[in-house]
Amino acid sequence: MKGALGAREAAPADVPGRAPGLRSKHLLSAGDLSREEILLILDSAEAMKEVGTRRIKKVPTLRGATVVNLFLEPSTRTRTSFEIAEKRLSADTLNIAGGTSSLLKGETLIDTARTLEAMAPDVVVLRHAASGACHLLAGVCDARVINAGDGMHEHPTQALLDAFTIREHKPGFEGLKVAIVGDLLHSRVLRSNILLLTALGADVRVCGPRTLMLPGVERFGVRATTSLDDALADADVVMLLRVQEERMHGHFFPSRREYFATFGLTAERLGRARPDVIVMHPGPMNRGVEIASDVADGPVSVILEQVANGVAVRMAVLYLLAGFDVNEGAA
Amino acid sequence: MTTQAVVLKGGHVVDPAQGIDGVVDVRIEGSRVAAVGVDLPLDGGLPVEVPAGLVVCPGFIDMHVHFREPGQEHKETIASGAAAAVAGGFVAAACMPNTEPVNDHVGVTEEIVRKAGEAGLARVYPIGAVSVGSQGERMTEVRALREAGCVGISDDGHPVASALLMRRALEYASMFGMPVIDHCEEPSLAAGGVVHEGYPATALGLRGQPGEAESIMVERDVSLSGLTGGTVHVAHMSARESLRAVRSGKERGIAVTCEVTPHHFVLTDEDLRYDTNFKMNPPLRAAADRDAMLEGLADGSIDAIATDHAPHHADEKAVEFDRAPFGIIGLETAVSLSLDRLVHRDVLSMRRLVELYAPNPARILGVEGGTLAPGSAADFTILAPDTTVEIAADRFRSRARNTPFDGWRLRGAVAATIVDGRVVYTSPLVPGAAGLAWPAPATTP
Amino acid sequence: MEADGIRRALVRIAHEIVERNRGVDDIALVGIRRRGVPIAQRLAASLLEIAGREVPTGALDITLYRDDLMRQAVGPQPVLRRTEIPFSIDERRILLVDDVLYTGRTIRAALDALIDFGRPRSIQLVVLVDRGHRELPIKADYVGRNVPTSARQSVQVKLTEEDGVDVVVIEDVADDRARAPAAGDES
Repeated sequence: MKGALGAREAAPADVPGRAPGLRSKHLLSAGDLSREEILLILDSAEAMKEVGTRRIKKVPTLRGATVVNLFLEPSTRTRTSFEIAEKRLSADTLNIAGGTSSLLKGETLIDTARTLEAMAPDVVVLRHAASGACHLLAGVCDARVINAGDGMHEHPTQALLDAFTIREHKPGFEGLKVAIVGDLLHSRVLRSNILLLTALGADVRVCGPRTLMLPGVERFGVRATTSLDDALADADVVMLLRVQEERMHGHFFPSRREYFATFGLTAERLGRARPDVIVMHPGPMNRGVEIASDVADGPVSVILEQVANGVAVRMAVLYLLAGFDVNEGAA
Repeated sequence: MTTQAVVLKGGHVVDPAQGIDGVVDVRIEGSRVAAVGVDLPLDGGLPVEVPAGLVVCPGFIDMHVHFREPGQEHKETIASGAAAAVAGGFVAAACMPNTEPVNDHVGVTEEIVRKAGEAGLARVYPIGAVSVGSQGERMTEVRALREAGCVGISDDGHPVASALLMRRALEYASMFGMPVIDHCEEPSLAAGGVVHEGYPATALGLRGQPGEAESIMVERDVSLSGLTGGTVHVAHMSARESLRAVRSGKERGIAVTCEVTPHHFVLTDEDLRYDTNFKMNPPLRAAADRDAMLEGLADGSIDAIATDHAPHHADEKAVEFDRAPFGIIGLETAVSLSLDRLVHRDVLSMRRLVELYAPNPARILGVEGGTLAPGSAADFTILAPDTTVEIAADRFRSRARNTPFDGWRLRGAVAATIVDGRVVYTSPLVPGAAGLAWPAPATTP
Repeated sequence: MEADGIRRALVRIAHEIVERNRGVDDIALVGIRRRGVPIAQRLAASLLEIAGREVPTGALDITLYRDDLMRQAVGPQPVLRRTEIPFSIDERRILLVDDVLYTGRTIRAALDALIDFGRPRSIQLVVLVDRGHRELPIKADYVGRNVPTSARQSVQVKLTEEDGVDVVVIEDVADDRARAPAAGDES
């Protein structure tokens, strides 16, 4: 057998000893990932995490590849995380943000995509205010598309980094009691997490005000409750969701004070969860609305680990998607 | 001008108004039906054999279309819309007033009537606006609109949000025998919703609007019709609670009628994906709503099938779902969908289907047609119920292509469309349909 | 080559290492995943016996340094495994360990990777089997056995730790599949 050179002429399925890999060219929805694919990403992320512990936190893997970070909705943490991930893999990165680009003045997303195509990017990472924008982009663009958050739809890399963080603290996902609390209706993080965690066998309960409950929640394979105490009972993991007031148009709850009194996570209420519970938040946090500061900064909080893990998980996704021939579109 | 006579021979005629459902001949003299009967003598007329298997019906009327002219001719014109209508089997279409400018003034109405006359294909009945600019504030000059050719009033695209304006419109329009056609949608409840509220909307991360946003306003309109005695017609009804409100109104003798679109009796929100050709208002509802529509069509609570033909340019639809305009086209798919999904699946009889497309819309709008009784306009829709067709949007006569049904294979087609005794359409897909064409009446100086 | 042959070859290499480096003072072993890792561990055990000192041992996954990743991307990426080098390589003599030396490209990748970890005093290469057909100017310092092969043959080292048995298998392979590397396998 040939060495690392590996003329990789064999069809993917015919390569002995090689993992099945990802089936899709794009990462648009956590729901598109099988359990095996999720675990492959998490395993790969473990190797990537080690790269981040080195003195030289950079590997040559994606040398020569161009990644466009197209962020048409404001985001600092996700964009930064992707950018670090790309740079650690030696990709050339190009950032286009909604507010700063003349490219986007009055231009449709499809025209923007075509303009980008002329720059021959290998990957486009898209953040967009409209649900389904990544699907639209993937339909017209040769590059691999990674969904970095589309409207109220999904944020798959966030769910992957959440699962990665959970796995670092818990023995497995099967039967793991995960309580997700907060603004359910507007949360793309929630939708991706439900799809991912239920695929991994976790026991997910979602909790929030009746006014922010998901229509059709019974079909998501999760338990819904408006009682925080009920949601927290024996929970292994508590995941809080940001109250997204910028997306709220009308009468969801009367005041932040009342929201905190009813759904805010305090150390006292957390006593109902298991003693080894971990508390997560995708950020940015509203302290004193969905979470008390002493919990956010306390020993059970893994919020900063989530941020660190985000880079490793995104490196893994970039690495695995790079396995597809852009021209063949091995979707 | 000499009057040419044609005798349609051997066709299976379905004319609910005359109680006919069998093989009879129809004699046409000029633009009128002269006689209907078994084995009519030719008596100097030109015999035209109707191929076996075809069904001769009174001309179908689509009482809800958007022809976009004046103002948005890149989406559709009256001429292209009329061509799409006859290709879809419709002899007439009632066009909603949300043009640019809005049809709230006789000048616009006259323009529509003139353009329709120039096109010379389908009859085009303008619907006038209820309020100036469809802004929901000041009532239009309804009598003037009537005299210019409008057959009803509506602010379609928008609901008549003010109950007081709706009351006054019903009262006022009733003086001229015109229905008020309402796009029922409670604005605050529907606000921001681009699809039906439910699991599919949640999974796609799209804002939903509940069926109750529609039914609340249907309830209101039924009450106001009861109060005023004016005729209210519920446009593109989609929610099961709306149907319940209409039924209850009819039971009480209130002058309420309603229509449903093919997409609302064929598709549900489970069919949704990020394809803007599935975005329309009202949205595709839940399966229970769709099933209620089928039931209403079968039991007579629903009066008419209308397409809500809403053309948009491909560029306008090729955007994010949230940003795309509402609406799909329907003129060239409605009859095939109805035959395939309603008649062939035994939801309703051919006779009932004809009622929904011909006499009922004619009665609601107070226009001629709807029957083949002697003396009526010679408007025919000839169906080929057993011809299977594949929907091909790129062959549509409409300027627009925004249909979710492209590529669908359906059993049932339109063979020919005849308006005023003139064969304005024969289908290339139906065997023998070309033979139905007869020469237009000769004009003598 | 059977289990006994492998054992004897590794013991001999351990003696050569001690001899050539005059002890094991600043030596560390880094095995290339996958089968270089158990070989490095076996060498560490032999060195402990011979020199009476623990030699730090690490594992290196070279996948992220492969030279074919973005070139011919037509299938799933090779499986990534963790690199674990829990000691500083600065100023150490590093013994880089792999099972089979073939084209030399894996070693090239491993050298690049090691340099990212620090600045060793020297890097020496240990392989169980050298089968020839080099494509890069790379030469092993310690070789268990030289095995002349043709390019149409495959050489597979099986080790108890990974495969349940110690053996080196040389097979003729007819089709091109032999040339496609099984990820992380012999290189």
